[in-house]
Amino acid sequence: MEQKPPSNTPIYTEFHPRWYRRHVSVYWWLGQRQYLKFILREVSSVFVAWFVVLTLLQLRALRVGPEAYARFVHWLEHPATIVFNVICLFFVIFHAITWFNLAPRAMAVKFRGKRLPEIFISAPNYAMWIVVSVGVAWMVLR
Amino acid sequence: MTDTIIVEIPRYSPEQDTEPHFQRYEVPVYKEWVVLDALNYIKDEVDGSLTYRWSCRMGICGSCGMMVNGEPKLSCATFLSAYARNGDRIRVEPLRYFPVVRDLVTELTDFLAKLKKVKPWLMRENERELAQGEFLQTPEQLEEYKQYSMCINCTLCYAACPVVGLDPTFVGPAAIALAQRYNKDSRDQGAGERLAILEHPEGIWGCTFVGECTRVCPKHVDPAGAIQQYKLTAALDWIKSFVMPLGRKNKDVDDGAKAA
Repeated sequence: MEQKPPSNTPIYTEFHPRWYRRHVSVYWWLGQRQYLKFILREVSSVFVAWFVVLTLLQLRALRVGPEAYARFVHWLEHPATIVFNVICLFFVIFHAITWFNLAPRAMAVKFRGKRLPEIFISAPNYAMWIVVSVGVAWMVLR
Repeated sequence: MTDTIIVEIPRYSPEQDTEPHFQRYEVPVYKEWVVLDALNYIKDEVDGSLTYRWSCRMGICGSCGMMVNGEPKLSCATFLSAYARNGDRIRVEPLRYFPVVRDLVTELTDFLAKLKKVKPWLMRENERELAQGEFLQTPEQLEEYKQYSMCINCTLCYAACPVVGLDPTFVGPAAIALAQRYNKDSRDQGAGERLAILEHPEGIWGCTFVGECTRVCPKHVDPAGAIQQYKLTAALDWIKSFVMPLGRKNKDVDDGAKAA
């Protein structure tokens, strides 16, 4: 027999409506295009980190000597490495674009009492990106 | 002959069911009919046991939020004809991530507790005498928070936010936007207190900026923007506490009030 609580304790649960709670699937992010885009945006940071690691590896190869650097370059020229890095580049570009597009939402810059239109925040970001990219390309390719 | 559409609705009765089951209703489609009209038609003409919330039927009360074909929508502001054109069925479900009480009715106690938690009212450190008159506000000062004050607590943003679904302790978009509504008010001095409540992983830092809350908001409140700007304020506040450990926390807010 079920044990009853002492009579001075009110029993609330007896008439409490049984709520139905839906389970959130582990694959919730596959159900909607916007969710998938969000997850890809978040995952892209891993590829950004990879390029940082790549640069560190390059610096290490430089420090070790010309032979190690030649080995590093040879590894970079391998088709599998190229394919992987092209995928990484795609994600890094995706990361940058989504970041610049979100920046105006997080920064409400006022000018003469009015909030500046979004383009005034994102455009300088894109401009800086292009300037820095061209600068780096000029240094590497000249 | 009038066009018809099949409306699929999950029926859940806590007395009888352990989980919802879908029921289909055939509903006529008129040009001016919204999803809520279809529900009212079903309740009046077909099945009186269908349970759902609604009140103003004009996008003000925020009661009739539902998932329409998987999208959080105000059913009073979603035209049937938009769905009748591409296919002949429409699925209306209770708002996602909320416990379901019955049919299309969700349980809001948790949401209301979260709203209250952020202290959405004007807080003063030093209350003014009545004789000093009202707090005046310039149009610019009104503009600062007006957007956030348009929230009707329809909870569509909660149904759009995956963080709400994955972490039930997350305060959520509408409550944080409402906190910003009072933070940005020149008459308020409670920004510091609210920041202490919200600078936690279940507060502003729980938000991962999916941005869906803003997309589904029927009143263009932009909760996602509000939360990111709040994060910026919190981060600056944290830096300031290092640079000026003895500085006053609510200086900006006080200055705002004085300007008014």
